[in-house]
Amino acid sequence: MDFLRPASWEEALAAKAEHPTAVPIAGGTDVMVEINFDHRRPDVLLDLNRIGELQEWEVGEETVRLGASVPYTRIIERLRGELPGLALAGHTVGSPQIRNRGSVGGNLGAASPAGDSHPALLAAGAEVEAVSVRGTRMIPVEEFYTGVKRNCLEADELIRAVHIKKADGPQQFSKVGTRNAMVIAVCAFGLALHPETRTVKTGIGSAAPTPIRARAAEEFLNAALEEAGLWDNGRIIPPSVARQFAELVSGAANPIDDVRGSAAYRRHALGVMARRTLGWTWDEYRGNERSARCA
Amino acid sequence: MGATRIPGNITQGSTAKGGIGESTLRPDGTLKVTGEFAYSSDMWHEDMLWGFTLRSPHAHAEIKSIDTSEALAQAGVYAVLTYDDLPTDVKNYGLEIQDTPVLAHGRVRHHGEPVALVAADHPETARRAAAKIKVEYVQLPVVHDEQTALAEDAPLLHPGRDDHHAGHVPHPNVVHRQPIHRGDVAAARARADVIVSGEYVVGMQDQAFLGPESGLAVPAEDGGVDLYIATQWLHSDLRQIAPVLGLPPEKVRMTLSGVGGAFGGREDLSMQIHACLLALRTGKPVKIVYNRFESFFGHVHRHPAKLWYEHGATKDGKLTHMRCRIVLDGGAYASASPAVVGNASSLSVGPYVIDDVEIEAVALYTNNPPCGAMRGFGAVQACFAYEAQMDKLAAELGMDPVEFRRLNAMSQGTLLPTGQVVDSPAPVAELLRRIKAMPLPPERQWETAGESADVRALPGGLSNTTHGEGVVRGVGYAVGIKNVGFSEGFDDYSTARVRLEVVGGEPVAVVHTAMAEVGQGGVTVHAQIARTELGVTQVTIHPADTQVGSAGSTSASRQTYVTGGAVKNTCEAVREKVLELGRARFGSYHPAWATAELLLESGKVVTDGGEVLADLVEVLEGEAIDLELEWRHRPTEAFDLHTGQGNGHVQYSFAAHRAVVEVDTELGLVKVVELACAQDVGRALNPLSVVGQIQGGTTQGLGLAVMEEIVVSKEAKVRNPSFTDYLIPTILDTPTIPVDVLELADEHAPYGLRGIGEAPTLSSTPAVVSAIRAATGLALNRVPVRPEHLTGT
Ligand SMILES: Cc1cc2nc3c(=O)[nH]c(=O)nc-3n(C[C@H](O)[C@H](O)[C@H](O)COP(=O)(O)OP(=O)(O)OC[C@H]3O[C@@H](n4cnc5c(N)ncnc54)[C@H](O)[C@@H]3O)c2cc1C
Repeated sequence: MDFLRPASWEEALAAKAEHPTAVPIAGGTDVMVEINFDHRRPDVLLDLNRIGELQEWEVGEETVRLGASVPYTRIIERLRGELPGLALAGHTVGSPQIRNRGSVGGNLGAASPAGDSHPALLAAGAEVEAVSVRGTRMIPVEEFYTGVKRNCLEADELIRAVHIKKADGPQQFSKVGTRNAMVIAVCAFGLALHPETRTVKTGIGSAAPTPIRARAAEEFLNAALEEAGLWDNGRIIPPSVARQFAELVSGAANPIDDVRGSAAYRRHALGVMARRTLGWTWDEYRGNERSARCA
Repeated sequence: MGATRIPGNITQGSTAKGGIGESTLRPDGTLKVTGEFAYSSDMWHEDMLWGFTLRSPHAHAEIKSIDTSEALAQAGVYAVLTYDDLPTDVKNYGLEIQDTPVLAHGRVRHHGEPVALVAADHPETARRAAAKIKVEYVQLPVVHDEQTALAEDAPLLHPGRDDHHAGHVPHPNVVHRQPIHRGDVAAARARADVIVSGEYVVGMQDQAFLGPESGLAVPAEDGGVDLYIATQWLHSDLRQIAPVLGLPPEKVRMTLSGVGGAFGGREDLSMQIHACLLALRTGKPVKIVYNRFESFFGHVHRHPAKLWYEHGATKDGKLTHMRCRIVLDGGAYASASPAVVGNASSLSVGPYVIDDVEIEAVALYTNNPPCGAMRGFGAVQACFAYEAQMDKLAAELGMDPVEFRRLNAMSQGTLLPTGQVVDSPAPVAELLRRIKAMPLPPERQWETAGESADVRALPGGLSNTTHGEGVVRGVGYAVGIKNVGFSEGFDDYSTARVRLEVVGGEPVAVVHTAMAEVGQGGVTVHAQIARTELGVTQVTIHPADTQVGSAGSTSASRQTYVTGGAVKNTCEAVREKVLELGRARFGSYHPAWATAELLLESGKVVTDGGEVLADLVEVLEGEAIDLELEWRHRPTEAFDLHTGQGNGHVQYSFAAHRAVVEVDTELGLVKVVELACAQDVGRALNPLSVVGQIQGGTTQGLGLAVMEEIVVSKEAKVRNPSFTDYLIPTILDTPTIPVDVLELADEHAPYGLRGIGEAPTLSSTPAVVSAIRAATGLALNRVPVRPEHLTGT
């Protein structure tokens, strides 16, 4: 096995172009497990850890450009305000040790349906900045996942950063596991309110071959909120609407039975999480509106 | 005159600093916490090779052929061994029944069974070479439960059995069967005002010790082998290893290396014989280390069980009778199954007085993973079932479940279903009273953090699934009984060698046993005992090896009792020798040498009145006293094969738990908030260790209640052999565990102590499940409880 350690981003891109089968390694919390378990024996490992800019982020007007290797711990500590959904998701990843190493770029690279960043990215709205010696393309995160543990990166491409919409409203993330910490999601749900566009967005994890949005549920809720003028009057969401939203979220999933849980449970749990996170975000939205009006 | 009586008060402990009763710290504690402790997987030898085991991908298959030529041809490979390479006629091993092939012979009986071995100069090379071994399998029908095992045309796991249970079992796929009959169940049943029955299921728990199986075998010039190994019982390993190698026992020299936990999973052999075979074949040191995946195939698990129970009671809450049938799945090889059957049957009644019983326990041979020893074996499974029954009965009678249990609790003098009398304190009612009296943790603790909920106090924890919605609290109680030590007539002895000499002007005791320190703190306790008995400060614990006699197994809650007892016994003999020497040297200077009760304290010979007669240093004066003695507890008897009668057990251990849980009833997630335990320990030799054992056992029981299970498919394949999917409690799953330690001495045991390691594992599980039932109103007859069970999905 060759171990390449490019000192700069340009060198990394050149190396990836020259060795298209090279496996990038960032935090290594997925790669090293696969090597240990003998699931993967790459000919070439491409170590990204000397590339400083992958560890950095820029907070812009509309988005945060999050370097691919920024560890969860940093996101939780420093970007909670801009990316509350992702910070909450990051909180549920592994243990403190894993959060110190693991990154969103790695989560995207692995593209596991159980990756915890995905529902948060889907709900917030994000684009993946994929770069090769040939140039840069921006991939909407919805289009990034192509199958179980597969993504749409070309063999010569690396993830430079993820551009995530800064929160313009409350966001939540919820994940079910059969242990109270350090557990792979049985299923997960992300929800973001976008008051500026008067829309809601969702993300479902671990309940379909790829992370997905519950689009029918989003559309239903958008219409229901609009119709009842709830964005303006700040009233509570009628329970029937919340219930219908929850059902549509359940219905959007396409889960399987496996050792971690049954398909029926996953559907059920997604509905519960959808209802609860909607309640939490909407309460927060109403609270913000009220205090904004009082001020 | 002249003969010194053993002063009574010495056995109560002298005032030696660091003696028994003190919470002296573990010698290995800091090293383990800082990561410096050398575990067996850390060993290294110049020039060593790495061994690797090729395992069966099938649960049941015939082996048509094995072609090792390609593997042998690979550069860096030194040896490839199969069944045909075994050097002697002894090709099987086993704890009680020698039914486990060292390497598969024509047939594999479980997923992961060892088929071939490779030694190479690099672990990766060994692994790749193993992948090149071509094994032609023809799959056979799989036996995976009682029905398939006992079917008329069931494939026999071990045709032509000739073991000592073969003659009395009802079917060759039954390893052992133990019925117990006492009283007149029909008559007692007729007296019952209420009768409840239920079927209960216990999933397959794993010991999940953190240090995987590993060891280093070094071939010696005399044709023997030195084996450095993490195990629970060196001499039991030796007894099984030597005949397979064709070596006399003295040529297989074993030394205990750093053990990363055991919990029963190291009672059976894993890589011991394999490493020795490869070392002897290649003439080079061979190290084998399993990775986590392989470890799940490398040791036995806790027997999964199906238990059917019926109990009756009168209106005023007195138990009338009990009938039960316990079916344990032993998997492909016997391992400890017979003993598990013995415990499950003889303790199936729980810590209660029931005069009329009909009990049957069996262990099956199936193609599932072999099951054997794990903390509390037999008793754990039974406790889950009988405690569920106690709750049901109390509910049926409209009684408080704790009061109902107390009303029926056994006590000293109770006659067990086996006809044995409980002849030491059995404070079952008192333990229950104590846990019930403990203050309950405050309600809705997650709200105390302020405006935002502290999700760590809620079901789901950091996963942020609830901020209090759907959360219901439940409280549950349970109590259990575990036997201590090896039972059923086993000659359960330990050996201790103690040397007392002057080193650098100070008296030093060296304690040498073959006891496996697996984390239980035996090394701490041995030093404490030596200080107490010999009045010295400096005690050296010699590494455990086979140069000294057997210390028995570090299991069955027995080591402090039996090897601790052996250390005490040898120390007493050494003390006698010291006093003899003293009398010979100084007897004429002071009449007290002949007349008083003499003690060793603070490096001096003193009278029981406290008068100093001599310095130990002067008494010994260059001489070393060095004795090695065996020590046994009271003998036990086998259970009668038809009636189950017999004084089968040495001692019992009791613990009671109260569980407080918060259940997210909508998502089916559980947070155990508090798991209080009260346990009688007879005498706490090291109170800190005692509490540690109780908390550890309690947590392991919690794991069985809500998450720990090896999932085996209908094809008898293991589906979750990793810590990704075999979940054990993290610190966020571990509740506060208040411990109330009771010390009622057992006059038959050294210092009055009681073995303590297993009892807390028993009642923890049913207490948690009882609390979940209280929160949800669901019947929950299976552990681990999964979210699916709580949500009906
Ligand atoms: C004990 C443990 C617990 C875990 N718990 C969780 C959990 O709760 N939730 C969860 O989602 N995950 C969990 N994981 C998985 C893992 O930590 C996450 O997926 C993490 O986000 C991976 O990040 P990394 O930087 O370590 O990735 P790496 O392991 O370095 O890489 C992962 C993949 O991404 C590719 N890659 C990395 N960087 C780039 C790049 N810049 N461009 C292109 N490809 C790239 C790699 O080639 C590899 O395929 C856990 C892992 C462990 C070991």
